[in-house]
Amino acid sequence: MVNILIISHSLKIAEGTKELAEEMKQDEIDIQIAGGINNGELGTDADLIEQKLKSMDCQDGIVVLADLGSAVMSFNMVKEWLPEEKQNLIRLANAPLVEGAVLGAVEASLGKNLEEVIATIEEKSIINKNNL
Amino acid sequence: MANKTKKILLETSDVIIENKEYLTELDAAIGDGDHGINLARGFKKLKEKLENETFTERNELFKLTAMTLISNVGGASGPLYGTAFLNISKVISDERLDLDDLVEIAEEAIAGIQKRGKAEAGEKTMLDTIIPAAESLKQSRDNNLDLETALNNCLETAAEGMKNTIEMQATKGRASYLGERSIGHQDPGATSAYLMIKTFITSYL
Repeated sequence: MVNILIISHSLKIAEGTKELAEEMKQDEIDIQIAGGINNGELGTDADLIEQKLKSMDCQDGIVVLADLGSAVMSFNMVKEWLPEEKQNLIRLANAPLVEGAVLGAVEASLGKNLEEVIATIEEKSIINKNNL
Repeated sequence: MANKTKKILLETSDVIIENKEYLTELDAAIGDGDHGINLARGFKKLKEKLENETFTERNELFKLTAMTLISNVGGASGPLYGTAFLNISKVISDERLDLDDLVEIAEEAIAGIQKRGKAEAGEKTMLDTIIPAAESLKQSRDNNLDLETALNNCLETAAEGMKNTIEMQATKGRASYLGERSIGHQDPGATSAYLMIKTFITSYL
């Protein structure tokens, strides 16, 4: 199964996004968060991101959802520190955080592979909210 | 050489910590108002580590600076300055530095920042201080100026670069969300970069 890492400047955003995504799971996948710094302040914790990427099961891949600038920047930096074979199994989705995480949770828990999960998130996460 | 470098890094930490509120005020005007707080947190940690350890080589000092900023800053300036210092640690020797070395160091720092932030000159970022400062060092080297004159010119150019960000519109980072309203404010990253360059140069001379 593909697993999911949610990276946000805010611990509350990360926790809430995880809660929303968990609700849609069809089967067991691992959804982890790296939110905020120092237990609740706003910011991104590169060490925590590194720790999560190293400890999560990466056999079938990890999809990463991140919010703003330094979350993306810290993730890209930490990813480069990992062995190359692992780097290829960790993919940042080009998508809004909440929609991306919810879609990712559905697709990953349906047993889709990494490419399929990423493709669906990137295709469907920008929705027309005025014409649902 | 490592002792003098350690002293310069300690002075840099003090300068950033002293300017915590100033940098935060600049950032509050066009960003999320945490640049000073974030950098001061990183440099405070660096100071503790520098004071408690001994070093024999310059590259160890720059590597420690890089990793401490990456782990403790919490904002984009952590990976940006962190990668700059990490790149510097890869090229800096323990010999007395000449202008060729300084140009190489400046270019490596810029390459590190651009790798992470993908910014170019003129986007109202720290690079608008650092790129002109590096260009000034190159010109001084090509004109065979002595080190002291070169460093003084570099400092002057860095200050101009920082001030030039006032008229720029931000196209990178959180300030870019403000669009035209980012014009008229000095960039906090360009300011912290100037403070660092100023401390390096004045401590070195």
